[in-house]
This record gives sequence, structure tokens and C-alpha cells, in this order.
Amino acid sequence: MPRDPNNPRALPEQSEWTFDLIEQAHEEIRRVARKFGLDTYPNQLEIITAEQMMDAYTSVGMPVSYNHWSFGKHFLTTEKSYKRGQMGLAYEIVINSNPCIAYLMEENSLTMQALVIAHAAYGHNSFFKGNYLFRTWTDADAIVDYMVFAKNYIAECEQRHGIDAVEELLDSCHAIQNYGVDRYKRPAKLSVAQEAARQKEREEYMQSQVNELWRTLPRREEQIKDQPPPRFPPEPEENLLYFIEKYAPLLEPWQRELVRITRKISQYFYPQRQTQVMNEGWATFWHYTILQELYKEGIVGDGFMLEFLQSHTNVVYQPPATSPYYNGINPYALGFAMMTDIKRICEDPTDEDRVWFPDIAGSDWLKTLDFAMRNFKDESFIAQYLSPKLIREFHFFAVLDDDRSDKLTISAIHDEAGYRYVRQQLADQYNIGNREPNIQVWQVNTRDDRALTLRHTQFQRRPLNQQAHEVLKHVARLWGFDVRLETVDPSGRVVSSLECRREKRARY
Amino acid sequence: MTYLIDRRLQGKNKSAVNRERFLRRYKAQIKDAVGRAIKGRSITDVENGEKVSIPVKDVSEPHFGHAHGGVWETVNPGNTEYQKGDTINRPRGGGGGAGRGKAGNSEQTTEDDFIFELSREEFMNYFFEDLELPNMVKTQLTQVVEYKNQRAGYNISGTPSNIHVLRSLRGALGRRIAVGGPSRKQLTALEHQLRDLQEQGVEDDDPIVLDLKHKIHHLHTRLLAIPFIDPIDLRYSNRIKIPKPSTAAVMFCIMDVSGSMDESRKDTAKRFFILLYLFLKRVYEHIDVVFIRHHTAAAEVDENEFFHSRESGGTVVSSALHLLNKVISERYSNGDWNSYVAQASDGDNWDNDSVLCRQILTNAIMPKVQYYTYVEITDGPPQNLWEQYAEVAATHQNFAMQKIVTPADIYPVFRELFKKQPK
Repeated sequence: MPRDPNNPRALPEQSEWTFDLIEQAHEEIRRVARKFGLDTYPNQLEIITAEQMMDAYTSVGMPVSYNHWSFGKHFLTTEKSYKRGQMGLAYEIVINSNPCIAYLMEENSLTMQALVIAHAAYGHNSFFKGNYLFRTWTDADAIVDYMVFAKNYIAECEQRHGIDAVEELLDSCHAIQNYGVDRYKRPAKLSVAQEAARQKEREEYMQSQVNELWRTLPRREEQIKDQPPPRFPPEPEENLLYFIEKYAPLLEPWQRELVRITRKISQYFYPQRQTQVMNEGWATFWHYTILQELYKEGIVGDGFMLEFLQSHTNVVYQPPATSPYYNGINPYALGFAMMTDIKRICEDPTDEDRVWFPDIAGSDWLKTLDFAMRNFKDESFIAQYLSPKLIREFHFFAVLDDDRSDKLTISAIHDEAGYRYVRQQLADQYNIGNREPNIQVWQVNTRDDRALTLRHTQFQRRPLNQQAHEVLKHVARLWGFDVRLETVDPSGRVVSSLECRREKRARY
Repeated sequence: MTYLIDRRLQGKNKSAVNRERFLRRYKAQIKDAVGRAIKGRSITDVENGEKVSIPVKDVSEPHFGHAHGGVWETVNPGNTEYQKGDTINRPRGGGGGAGRGKAGNSEQTTEDDFIFELSREEFMNYFFEDLELPNMVKTQLTQVVEYKNQRAGYNISGTPSNIHVLRSLRGALGRRIAVGGPSRKQLTALEHQLRDLQEQGVEDDDPIVLDLKHKIHHLHTRLLAIPFIDPIDLRYSNRIKIPKPSTAAVMFCIMDVSGSMDESRKDTAKRFFILLYLFLKRVYEHIDVVFIRHHTAAAEVDENEFFHSRESGGTVVSSALHLLNKVISERYSNGDWNSYVAQASDGDNWDNDSVLCRQILTNAIMPKVQYYTYVEITDGPPQNLWEQYAEVAATHQNFAMQKIVTPADIYPVFRELFKKQPK
């Protein structure tokens, strides 16, 4: 049904937005979202300029962040391609906080503002609030305050210790930031007030711990000579930043705090890295569904819908692998297709669906979709829900590239024999554990030269990139002593190693 | 509960600090790049910003990642031809397409430079870093900032004493025409109708005539009701305060245009003058430029003639110096002016004239100018003019001279001439 001019709630056919119209559109979107049962944090919509969008975008998308040259570099890149017209800016940025902050760019049309509100303020927002990874790992109530604390603390460090010293340390932390996350342990939630209060206490405590580990006085008599010292750490540690924060011998207390700050931020973004397909798919599914609903109700008109559909189509376009524009799988395209497909399987299942998805075929689509959103990450979501129909529609095929053979092999395609294989391969592709090299703290020589040994457990014989040696230098800067990186094959045999020797400092 | 907040007016340029941090970190590389950029292009557009490139490996932030090798199995969309078990040739260059890690991790990412744009201000800062104007501070500090009132068009608000009558009435007239237009058109039409009826002999008390008369009367009233002048018509003269140039400089460009100065030498000289001009412009709010050219006789000319007219014949440098002295004394001798002289020549002069030049400089000109630079554009050996000038340089700190062989020397020579002097 087209827009009904007699409907008192109908939005006018105009492309310019006003504050009243945004409020009005938002009210309608909110109503429809509630009807579908989307549970969100309260929303805070902020109108910003293109320039401010670039600002936001370049400091890890946070409304506040500490200063660092790499954000400046990112800004210059963004600014350059934006000015050249190579790139439109993101229409939206949304922050996983409570209230959930969504940015609307002033140059968007009313239609785009409505799209962004539906996408960010109801799609992403409900995902942040509902998905188990975000629930476990992030604290939406505290993040903005924590960033304020971090910014102030780092600015203070710059005053006391100089910009160069702080920058150096942050560079090194950034280099291993992806190795600053706990994958299994669950962080304690702390308010910022507590965080600040405990920061001082922590400094002293941590320093005392370090001193205990590195004490140079001989231990008491129970220490028996010739017995090899106990392994340290007793178990390999996957969180490099945490290990450094806790045990690096030479770091000053303020340096430990900086390591901690980068680690906390990395941890905060960890769920986002694991739920790209789901998060974008969910948000795209909901902006599509909500705006279609508004159209059905006669609140928005044909012109609105045409503009909306054009943007939507661009967002979910997936170029084929042979296209010059191919740049991997578009998470919006895959995510949106999967969410839509789940709804289809619930509402209108085929015989094939009944075989593949006996639990959900014919079930209530809202409940099923909600369950899927809450309890999965990309890897498990794809393993669970990717249907043969979608594999066919995307024309998915798996390519095996083994450097021991001359040619690439097509290992599976979108046919009966290949569905399960393709699905499993695609799921694995989203497993962060496979995507990033598995590197853990292996051992520290506590008695002698204090050298740190990291272990890279090879996956599918894949070698490390050439930057590894540079990264190792950063690790050595944080650790303060020699650092070695051993690559081991699955049988535990060391196949290669890298080393970074520190020049001996005068103080030792 | 929802909040809609307009953030547009606050917090612009949040990234300015980060940008500044970036420039700070890569200062050395950027200075190199700026140096290269200057060589590569004409100095006339030196004042714009500049694209600067830094090798990617310098600005990259390293991360652990996989390189190509071992076993990769990837799922891709868009299969049109393959069947399970097909083999295909490995794409050349170690991959691309299927089987690559993330682009950021791969070794073969293109090693293009990291390119970004410096603003004009940033560019000029790098450009002039380490340079300073000798003897500049002295006169600058003695000046006080003064403002003067200047007219700046018209404003819609102001004090009654500033009402601009002509503008206001012009606006009122326009408004009356615009507002009364439709009524006046209607009125004319009705009057025509009435006249036609009367000519046809229709009685005055005919209802149609009465009705027309009534309507005409109504329109008259309406037109009369349009005010002759309305508050929105008012225009006020606008006056703004602008700072009076508190520091003023005059720059003299002296060039030999005798036959031996060919186009390429003139071009080199021009670039040198422009560089000096830009340099001065950063320091002074107001700069006069005086062009003096000479062959056997000297003349003050405008810029166009200075650079573009051709002369032939011999050279008498002292003619230009006499003229220079005269112009300074007549027009720039009160204490408000800082004088800079840049002289370019190929070094040719009449033998006995060079001694005269030294005398004029030493006795008359040097005490009056802030700084005097002489560039000799030649690849030949020094001649008598150079030798005489060298004597001036030996006795006057504010005299500098250098030789330029090719245009590429201009910038280094310029830097040499204006390098920061030890305090």
C-alpha cells in the first residue's frame, strides 16, 4: 500500500530531514521494532557532520579516545579517499554503550536517516544487548566512562613522561593487541569509579608480585640445588598483553597501566571481530523488515521506498569471485541472506529444509531468529544455519590451495555432495583461531637471562608473515629482555624460530 | 527513552591532535618529501598545500599474521564453471584470488607509498623551517597594532545614524512593486472594463458598473495600504574594524635585463624573487614590491614588464643602485618600513662600474635596508662585480651573496642565504 496522505502518521514525501521528522520517523520505527519484540538499550541519536564522522571513524569508532599517531594516519587515509570521492563515508557508526549512541550524518536524506535509525538503533543495538558474546565480554554501561579514564590517564602520562615514551609503549601494545584477549576467562565487571579507585592499589600490588617473581636473593633452605627450576608460566598463556602486564620485569607502574588499557579495549572489541556476519546481517535484516512494515502501513511512500531499496541493494551486493570488485565475502550480503533464509525456513519450508532443519522448519520465525541471534558467533552460526538453498544461490565453491601441489583443487561445490563440506569450510573461515596465528607465551627463563619464549603452533603448515620480526621487537621492548618465537608443528617439533635480542641495559 | 542531539556545532577536528601526532612522528620523512616536491614543480604554486608521500613500510603497523604457504582452503561465491575435483593453475605472483590470507597480512600487498595532503599552513611550515629573517625582530617589536574603520557593504541592522537612505529606498521601491503587482494588474484590467462599458453607454447606476466601481475602489485601498517604507527595507552602512598593517615591508627586486640575461636566467631569478616574497609574506602583513630593472640605464617598472620585456646592450649595475637609493629615500625612509633587496644578475658589469657599486652600497644603501641578497646566476668564474660585492659582504652582516647555477640550486641557496643565524 502506498503512502496514504490521509493517514495522520504518514511521513511527508520529502528528502530533507528536520528534527521533527527524525523524531517522527524514529517514533514509528520504535513502535514497529517493539512489535517485533526487539529488546534494546535506550537510544541516543546524534546528528553530526561529515568531518565529525571522519573523526569518529578514525579513533576506533569511540566518542572519546586517547591520542595516538596511528589514529592520525587512519584519519589522513580516510580524508584522502573521501575527498577524492572514492569512498562514501559510512552512513552510520553505532557504539555498544548504554545508552546506545548512533551517529546520523547531516548530509543524509530523510530516507537514509530512517534506514540508519532502523539499522543501528534497533538492529545493532538489540544485537549488542542480546548476543551472548557481548553480554559476556563487554560492559555497555561503563565503556564510555572507561574511555574517558583512559584518555585522561594517558594524557597525564604524556605530561609526566613525555609524548615519545608513551607513544613508544602504545606502539608496542598495539602491535600485539589482537593477542590481548582472554578467550575463555570472563572479566569481572567493574564500574569506572571502582576502576579509578583500584588503579592505584593495583599498581602497588602488581609491582610487589613482579618483585616476588624476580627476586634476586637466594630463596630459603628448602630450595634444593640442582633441581631444575619450576616451569614458568606453569601453563602456556594465550593473553600476551596480560602476561606482560603482570610479569614484565622492568615496566614502571604507569607502563603496566597503559598495557592494561590497550588490553581492555582490545577485549571490548573482541566480540565484534567474531560476529561480523551475524551483527551486520541482523541489523540489515531489521532495517529491511521494519521499513517494509512502514511501507505496508502506508507511513512511507513509493519515493521513500525506491531510495531505500537502492541503498539496501548496494549494501547487500555480493560480487562473484571472478569480478574485479571481489574482495572476499560481503558480511552484509551473507548475514542478510541467512537471516532472511531462516525466516523463510520457518514460514515456508521445503522438503529439503525439513530434512536439514527439522527443529526450525515451520516454527515461529521471531523466536527462532531471536534464539539464533543470542546464542551464536559467526563460526557456529554458519555451521548451524547455512542452508543448501543459500549455498546454491551464492554458488559457493571451496578451493584447496596446498603449496605442495602444483595446482589448486576445487574441493567442493554447491551440489548435494558438497553442501556439508562447503558449510563446514565456510564456518572454519570465520574461526578467529584459524585466521590468526596461534601464538602463546611458552616459557620464561626465570633464573638466567630472563628471556621470554613464545610459541607459534602451526596451523596447516601456514608460515608467519614477514612482519613477525617487527612485532617481536615490540614484544622485546615491553618485556625488556630477549624474546624468542618458536614455530612448532602439530607434533610439537620446533620447525623454525625467530629471535630478538635486547641490548643489555646499564642497570643490569 | 530516546535522545536526539545535535552535535554538529561541537567537537569538530577531534582528530587534529592525532594528525599532529602523525606529522610529528614522521617529521624527517615529511621534510624530505617537501624538499622533493619543491624541486619537482614550479615555485609559483608553492603556496598551495602539497601531497606528500612516505614509504609504506615506515608507517605500517606490524601485526602477527599468516603468510601465503602451507594449506589454505577457502570458500568463494560465484562459481560458474567448476566441478568438484577440477584443478586450476595457481594464479601467478604467489596468489591473489583464492587462497590468500587477509590482504593486510599478505606479503605481496602493493608497496605504494602512503600519500596524504599537507595543508597550506603545514606545508609552509616545513618549507620555511629553520629559516629566519635576519634583523627582523627589531622593527617589528616597536610597532603597535592599530585598527582602522573601513566600510564593508550594508547590513540589515544598525544604529539609526547609519541608515543608508538610497539603499533603503531602493529596497522599499522593489518591495512595493513586488507586493502591489498583482493588484495593480487587476486594477488596470478592471478600469479597462469600466471604460469599455462607459463607452458602450452603460448607465452609471447599472449593477455591473457599480460592482466594478466597488472593486476598483477596493483595489485602490489595498494598493494605498502598502507602506511606503517598511522596517525590512532598511539598510545600514556597515563598518568593520580592520587591523592596520602593523609591520610593513618593502621588497626590491633588481634584475639585470641586458642581452646576456637569457630567458632561463630570468626564470631562475624570478623563482628566487618569488621565494623571497613568500617568505616575507609569512612575517609581514603588508608588503610593497618594487621592481627595478636595468641594462645601461635603470627604470622602475611593473611586474609584467619586469619579467617579460627584452632588452639588449651592456650593463651598468650602478644605475640600478642609484635608483634604488632614490626610491628608498623618497618613499620608504620613514621608520615604518623594513626594506629587503634581492638582486639578480649574471655578473657582467662594466669594469670601472663595480667599484662604484661597492661605494653606493656601503655608503648609502646598506644602512637603510634590513637585508640585501645578491644572487649571481652563472656557471662562469667570478668577475669584478662579485669581487667588489664580496668586500661588502665582509663588512656587513646583513649582506649575503650566493651563486646559482641551475634552478635546482635556488632552494638550497635560499636556505643558505636565510639560514638561522647563531644567536
